[in-house]
Amino acid sequence: MSTAGGPPPAVALEGVAKKFSEFVALRGISLSIAPGEFICFLGPSGCGKTTLLRIIAGLERQNAGRVSMAGRDVSDLPPALRNYGIVFQSYALFPNLTVGRNVAYGLETRHMDAGTIARRVDELLTLVGLARHRDKYPAQLSGGEQQRVALARALAPAPALLLLDEPLSALDARVRQALRHEIRELQRRLGVTTIMVTHDQEEALAMADRIVVMNAGQVEQVGGPAEVYRQPRTPFVARFVGQMNFLRAVASARGGWARVGSTELRHQPGFEAAPNSAVTLAIRPEEIAVGPSAQEAPNALTARIASVQFLGPFTRLALAMEGDGEALECDVAATAFAALKVGEGAVVPIALAPEALRAFPAVS
Amino acid sequence: MSTSSRAVVDLPDRVIRHRVSGEDTIRWSLVAVFAVVLGLFLLYPLSQVLWRSLLGSDGRFIGAANYVRYFSTPAIAASITNSLLVSALSMVVTVTLAFGYAYALTRTFMPARGLLRVTAMLPLFAPSLVQALGLIYVFGNNGLITRTTGFNVGIYGAKGIVLAEVFYCFPHALLILAAALGATDARLYDAARTLGASPLKTFVTVTLPGVKYGLVSACFVVFTLAITDFGAPKAIGGKFSVMATEIYNQVSGQQNFSMGATVSVVLLIPAVLAFVVDRVIQRRQYALVTSSSRPLVPERHPWKDRSFLLYCSLIAGFMVAVYTVILVSSLVQRWPYNFTLTLKHYDFDTAGGYHSLWNSIRVAALTAIVGTALTFVGGYVVEKCRTAASGPLYLLSVLPVSVPGMVLGLAYIFTFNAPGSPLNVLYGTLAILIVSNVIHYFTVGFLTATTALKQMDAEFENVGASLGVPFYRTFWRVTVPIALPSIVAISMYFFLNAMVTLSAVIFIVAPGTELAAVAVLLMDDAGDTAQAAAMSVLIVATGLVVRSLYWLAMRGVTARTQAWAGRTSVTPEETT
Repeated sequence: MSTAGGPPPAVALEGVAKKFSEFVALRGISLSIAPGEFICFLGPSGCGKTTLLRIIAGLERQNAGRVSMAGRDVSDLPPALRNYGIVFQSYALFPNLTVGRNVAYGLETRHMDAGTIARRVDELLTLVGLARHRDKYPAQLSGGEQQRVALARALAPAPALLLLDEPLSALDARVRQALRHEIRELQRRLGVTTIMVTHDQEEALAMADRIVVMNAGQVEQVGGPAEVYRQPRTPFVARFVGQMNFLRAVASARGGWARVGSTELRHQPGFEAAPNSAVTLAIRPEEIAVGPSAQEAPNALTARIASVQFLGPFTRLALAMEGDGEALECDVAATAFAALKVGEGAVVPIALAPEALRAFPAVS
Repeated sequence: MSTSSRAVVDLPDRVIRHRVSGEDTIRWSLVAVFAVVLGLFLLYPLSQVLWRSLLGSDGRFIGAANYVRYFSTPAIAASITNSLLVSALSMVVTVTLAFGYAYALTRTFMPARGLLRVTAMLPLFAPSLVQALGLIYVFGNNGLITRTTGFNVGIYGAKGIVLAEVFYCFPHALLILAAALGATDARLYDAARTLGASPLKTFVTVTLPGVKYGLVSACFVVFTLAITDFGAPKAIGGKFSVMATEIYNQVSGQQNFSMGATVSVVLLIPAVLAFVVDRVIQRRQYALVTSSSRPLVPERHPWKDRSFLLYCSLIAGFMVAVYTVILVSSLVQRWPYNFTLTLKHYDFDTAGGYHSLWNSIRVAALTAIVGTALTFVGGYVVEKCRTAASGPLYLLSVLPVSVPGMVLGLAYIFTFNAPGSPLNVLYGTLAILIVSNVIHYFTVGFLTATTALKQMDAEFENVGASLGVPFYRTFWRVTVPIALPSIVAISMYFFLNAMVTLSAVIFIVAPGTELAAVAVLLMDDAGDTAQAAAMSVLIVATGLVVRSLYWLAMRGVTARTQAWAGRTSVTPEETT
C-alpha cells in the first residue's frame, strides 16, 4: 500500500474507530504521517487523542480500522513487536532502578554485551544532558530531568517511531518552555518520526510540523501550525487554537458580505451562504485595528472601550460595538495603546480587515 | 455529533485481536492455575457444604428439611439470636472504644503513643480462646477477683463472650480507624478554623464525615469476626450457644454432619451480607487525600492529652493485666491458690506436647510462603493481566473473608475426607492445614497485594512492552521490588493468623498434625488450665519473636527502599 514513488508513510491510519461500551471515542480516523515528521494530536480532554496514540502503540485495540508502520500492517501485532518508544505523562520511570538502568532496560533483553549497553546508555544520557546523573535514582531528579530520562529510555533501542503522551503537562511553565525546544531539537537531530499528544495549543504550534486538531473522536483539521492558526477550517479549530472573536451575522444579498446588526461587513472570499441565512464571522483579537488610522480602512466601525486589561507586551481591550453592542476582544501593542491616549469608556474607531474576517456557517 | 454518530453506529463490539505470543500463553496459564486453585480449594468445598445441608443423616436428599428442623428446634435456633446479639454488642463496644483510642493515637499529642499503639496489638498474637481463658482466670468461678473479693460477676455466657470478643477484635478495629483518622487533609481543619467553627462543630462536620467509611468498615469487620469466632464462645460461653459452637456440637459432639452443614449455611448469610454491604459502601468512597494534601500535625493540649492518656492506659492496662494473668498462671503451682513458681506446666504431658507447637510453627511458616506467593501472583493476574476471568477471579478472591473458619473446616472434611475421592491424599497431612489457612486468610493478603499493585504506575508494563521486555521480567525486576514492603506485610499476616487460628483447623487436624491452638482448647477442655495457659504463652511468644524478626527485616527493606523512594512520583493533573 505504499504510495507510488516515495517511501511508505512512517505511520498510516485507515478508518480507525474505537468504542468503550456505548461511548464512541474515535469515529474512523485516517491519517498519513511521513518519515521524520513531528506530528501533534491536539484537542480538548476526551477528544480521543490519547486513545488514538494508544491504538498506534498497540496498548488499546481498535474496533475497526488499520494501523500500518513503514508500509507494514501492524494492526494485529502486540506492542512488543511494533518498534516504537513511548514517553507517558507520568514518565513511568522505574523508581527502584538507577537512571542508567532505566535507560538500559530495553537493551538488556536484546542480547547485547554489557560494554555495548553501557556505551549506548552513556551516549543517550549525554544526548539529553544527564550523563553525570547516571547512578542516581529517578526520585532524586527534578521533573524536567525525569522527563529527559524517560525520553532517553524510549530512544535507547533506536525505535522507528517516538510516541509522546502529554509529556510536558506535569512540568511548570518555565521548564516546559525549555523542554519544548530541547525535544524538538533532539527529534530533528535523530530524524525520528514523532507523534505527540497535547491539549496545549501553544505547545502544538511551537513544536509540530503538522497539527492534527481533534474533537469528539474526529479530525477537524490537519495542517502546519501557521495554516491551522490562520486558516481554521471550522469554528471549533478557530476557537481551540488561539483566541477568536465570534460575531453573529446574516448573509447579505451580495456575495462576500454579511450584516452584523445594521452594519454590513466584507469578509474573506470563498464562503457562500444563501442571502439572509445566519452566518458566523470570526476575527482574532490582534487582527482588529484600533485608532484614527482605522477610520479610513475597509469595514470601519466605532466601538466603546468597556474595559482595559494590561498584559505586559500588549493590552487587551473589551470592546462593545456601537449600535448593537456586540462584544469584541482586541489586543493592541502596549506602546500603540499608550499613543492613543484613551481609556475605559472612550469611543474609538476600529476596523475589521476583510482579509482577516473569516466566515463560517452559523454556530449555535 | 449526531450526524457522524450514524456512521459509527454499526461498529462491531469486538476489538481487533492481537496475534497470540508466547507471553500470552504464560499469562493465560497463570490465570488458569489461579482459577483452578480457587475452584478446587474454595468453590468446590463450599458447594459441598451447601449440598450436604440438603441431605439427611443417611445421605438421602431431603430438601429443606434440615433447615425446618433447625429453625423449629428452640435449643438450636437460639444460637442464631444469641450469635446476632453478642456480635452486635461486641461491634458497638469495640468500635466505640477503638475510635477513642485511634483518635488519641492519631490526633493528639498524648505521650507514649508508640507504646500504646504496640500494646493494643497484643490480641493479634493470641488465639481468641486465650483472651477468654484470661478472663476466666480473673473473673471465673475460681478466678482471682472472684476468690479474693468473693464476688462472682458470672462471666460465663453472653457477658464473657462479648468481653472476650471486644479484646479479640480491638486491634482489628483500631488498625482500620487509625488509618482512617490518619489519612486527612490539614487544610480542611484550617478552613474550619478560619470560618470560626467550634471544636465540636469541626469534629461533627469535618472529622466524622472524613472517617465514616472507616467507621462502617470497622463495624463490619468486628461484626464478622465476632459472629464467626469459635474459640472465645467455646471457652467462656458455658451453656450459651452461638452458631459457631453449635456447628462444633453438631459435628464433633453428635456426629450430625448434615445439621452442621445447615448451621454453616445459615452462618454464611450474615457474614456474606456484612461483606456485600461493606463492599457497596466502600465503592462510594473517594480519595480524601490527594497529592496536594497536607498531613495534620496534632498540637499540644495538656488537658486533652492527659485525659486521652488516662483513657488509653486503662484499656491497654486491662489488656496487659489479662495477659499477665495468663503468664503468671502458667508459672505457678496452682492459680489462684498456690503462687509458688514452677515450670512443670511447660512439660505438656498431654495432647501432643511440644510436637503441636512445632507443627504450628511449620504450618505458619509454610502458610506465609505459599499464601504470599499465591495472593501476590493472584493479585497481579487479576489486576494486570486483564482477561474475561478477572472479574470472577476477583470475586472469588474476596469471598473467603466472609467464609467463617468453621464452615471452611467442615467443607474440607466433606471434600478431602469423602470415601473414594482422589482428593483424600491430602487428608491428615500438614498440607491440608496450610491450604485451609491460605484460603481462610486469602482476602486480606489479596487486597493488600492489589492495593500495592494499583498504587504503581499503570504504565510500567506498557513501558516494558514498548521496549520489547516480557511482562514476567518487568514483574521480577520492577513490580516485586517496589511491592516488597507489602509482600513482607502479607507474609507476616499469614504467619500470625496461621499461628492463632482455631476455627478453620479444628475439624481437620488429625493424629500427628496437632496444632498448638487446638492443644490449648483440648487442654482447657480436659481441665488442664495451667498447661493451656502455658501453651498460650508459647504461642504468643512465638508470634512476638517472629513479629520482631519481621520488624528487623522490614527495617532492612525500608533502608533499601529509602535509596530510591525519596519523593513521591509526579502526579499528572489531567488525563484525557
